[in-house]
Amino acid sequence: MIRRSFLAGCTAIATLAAMPSAGPAAAAADTVKVGVLLPLSGPFSQYGRQMQNGIALFLKQHGTSVAGKTIELVVKDDGGIAPDRARRAVQDLIVRDKVDVLAGFTFTASAMAAAPMAKEARKAMIVMNASSSGITAASPYMIRVGQTLPQITEPAGRYAAGQGFRSIYTVVADVTAGHDAEAAFIRGVEAGGGKVSGSLRVPAQNPDFAPFVQRIKDAKPDAVFAWLPPGEAAIGFIKEFDQRGLAAQGITMLGTGDLTDELTIMQTGDAGLGVVTTGHYSMAHPSAMNTEFVASYLADYPQDKWPNFLSVSAYDGMAALYLGLEKTGGDASGPALAGALAGASFESPRGPIRIDAATRDIVQTVYVRKVERVGERLMNVEIHEFPESRDTAAAH
Amino acid sequence: MNALPGLLFDGLAYGSLLFLVSIGLSITMGLMNFINLAHGAFAMIGGYASVWFSHRFGMPFLATLPLAFAVAGLAGLIAERVLFRHLYRASHLDQVLFTVGFVFSSIAAATYLFGSAQQSVSLPAALQGQVQVMGVDLGRYRLFLIGAVVVLSAGLGLLMTRTRFGAQVRAAVDNRDAAEGLGLNVGLVFSLCFGLGTGMAGLGGALGVEVLGLDPGFALKYMVYFLLVVVVGGAGTLSGPLVASMLLGVCDVAGKYYLPQAGAFIIYVLMIVLLLAFPKGLGLGRPSLSRLPLSILVRRRA
Repeated sequence: MIRRSFLAGCTAIATLAAMPSAGPAAAAADTVKVGVLLPLSGPFSQYGRQMQNGIALFLKQHGTSVAGKTIELVVKDDGGIAPDRARRAVQDLIVRDKVDVLAGFTFTASAMAAAPMAKEARKAMIVMNASSSGITAASPYMIRVGQTLPQITEPAGRYAAGQGFRSIYTVVADVTAGHDAEAAFIRGVEAGGGKVSGSLRVPAQNPDFAPFVQRIKDAKPDAVFAWLPPGEAAIGFIKEFDQRGLAAQGITMLGTGDLTDELTIMQTGDAGLGVVTTGHYSMAHPSAMNTEFVASYLADYPQDKWPNFLSVSAYDGMAALYLGLEKTGGDASGPALAGALAGASFESPRGPIRIDAATRDIVQTVYVRKVERVGERLMNVEIHEFPESRDTAAAH
Repeated sequence: MNALPGLLFDGLAYGSLLFLVSIGLSITMGLMNFINLAHGAFAMIGGYASVWFSHRFGMPFLATLPLAFAVAGLAGLIAERVLFRHLYRASHLDQVLFTVGFVFSSIAAATYLFGSAQQSVSLPAALQGQVQVMGVDLGRYRLFLIGAVVVLSAGLGLLMTRTRFGAQVRAAVDNRDAAEGLGLNVGLVFSLCFGLGTGMAGLGGALGVEVLGLDPGFALKYMVYFLLVVVVGGAGTLSGPLVASMLLGVCDVAGKYYLPQAGAFIIYVLMIVLLLAFPKGLGLGRPSLSRLPLSILVRRRA
């Protein structure tokens, strides 16, 4: 509640500041209401905070008026992976709050719950993080600005194949996302002419990774690709990998960006050093725009620690909305916005990104990064890149 | 390549972890016959206490352990005096509902105070990495966990069987009315006993952070494991949960190593088998702590 009213407060102040230019005649028609659905409570509330911060940062930097319209946010909480709650919230946003645009969607479950309603009500949906493959097909007005799991996973496979690793293992959590990651990684390795010699699927909730890590250690591969749910599983695996000396034995750990995102490596400490992941955003991305983004984020939200891919995707979601409204001259209807944004490209703190003209899905550079110590902090330092990466699973 | 000694060690270490986070529950639930699903909340309090003291005051990990015990024990003592004491004579369903409610409140409180992020402890260098003993790589922190189990179970055993407090607890548990009739302050004994149980929970929570992680969901996430150990072991005993956690730990680790595809289920299959074979728990084959001397009195009354 506090956060919600805080954000509403920010918007109110910004709206007041924008009032003189809008004039006293400003009516509801001059407002674009954006319904934002985020996990603001529950185990993933940290994700919601990151995204809310990204949105607020964009509004602070760019103001709340665009193309003659004033942007007004209505923020709702879906509590995490809870499709029924997301459905209710989105229904509320469309019917009661009469929002013009929907945004947010941290998890695929929420995005898929909202899609049929958004499609029927012809509302544009800006998906900021949900990353299952091909979900933009669920509504013709859905635009994705975050990432897709196969998109950031396949480059890990191609990179591994290029490194000349003779034997590569995969360890994934035994859930749909884990299976998708495993398939995408293997596809990448095979596309690069390599081969995966063994695959391990582990329980998503697993208090002790010792037996699995020992199994890998005894198999002595050159590299291991891991996809595990963020939180204690990812942290536990990285720590056990380090404690058992697998890195010292010359085994490289590969993963997707979420395995070593800025908040996770803060918890693994030095055990995370040397882990190689492929992802779309690193706080260490060397660009002027990112340097400014990181500095403003840290200045505004020191208590939320470092910005990670979630805050950037939310920031970019707002950038996409502003770009779309400028192109349509303020028309926020689903068909107009989706049409304007299909094929659009713009600069993000992560680097250049593009919305595919046909699928409305994100196309972006995927970076290979290695966890290194930079000054006081551990950082994902970019060492290689795969430009123009797409959601590969949807094409297969 | 012989993986067996290493696996046995890892299994015992995992069993030790299960024992450490569960033994407090054996005291509050088993000994006091109070269905205490809030156990995880006190383990979480201990975990956060350890993290907080080390991050805030830069205290070394080992020095935070007694504090984790003290903070969780004190929290348990207060909660018992204010809340739980009223439910001792309530039905088990009421106890379950109340303590589950307590767990949810504690999750909300932890989120409010510490956020939903994962927390971690920084171990001293002496507890990191592995040592090689007779050709087997042993994790140092795992050795430490096994050592902690030896020390704590010996200490608890002595406390319950050799001290006046232990005798009072056993008396109060076996026959509350008779113990009160003999002039025992049963209310106080139960409060202290509950404090001891929650203190052990806190200590277990603090020791578990390194392996299990710590976030507000901790209180609920590992509840199944606490209950597993206490139910399979037989509530109210020390030896039962000890044997049960070692057995579960070794079988779980070996199962996950040799049959990774069945990984998640082995521990539950084992639970079903053990419960079918020993419906009252492993520990009740022999006379249990709570049933030692005063059980004679009970039988006479019956």
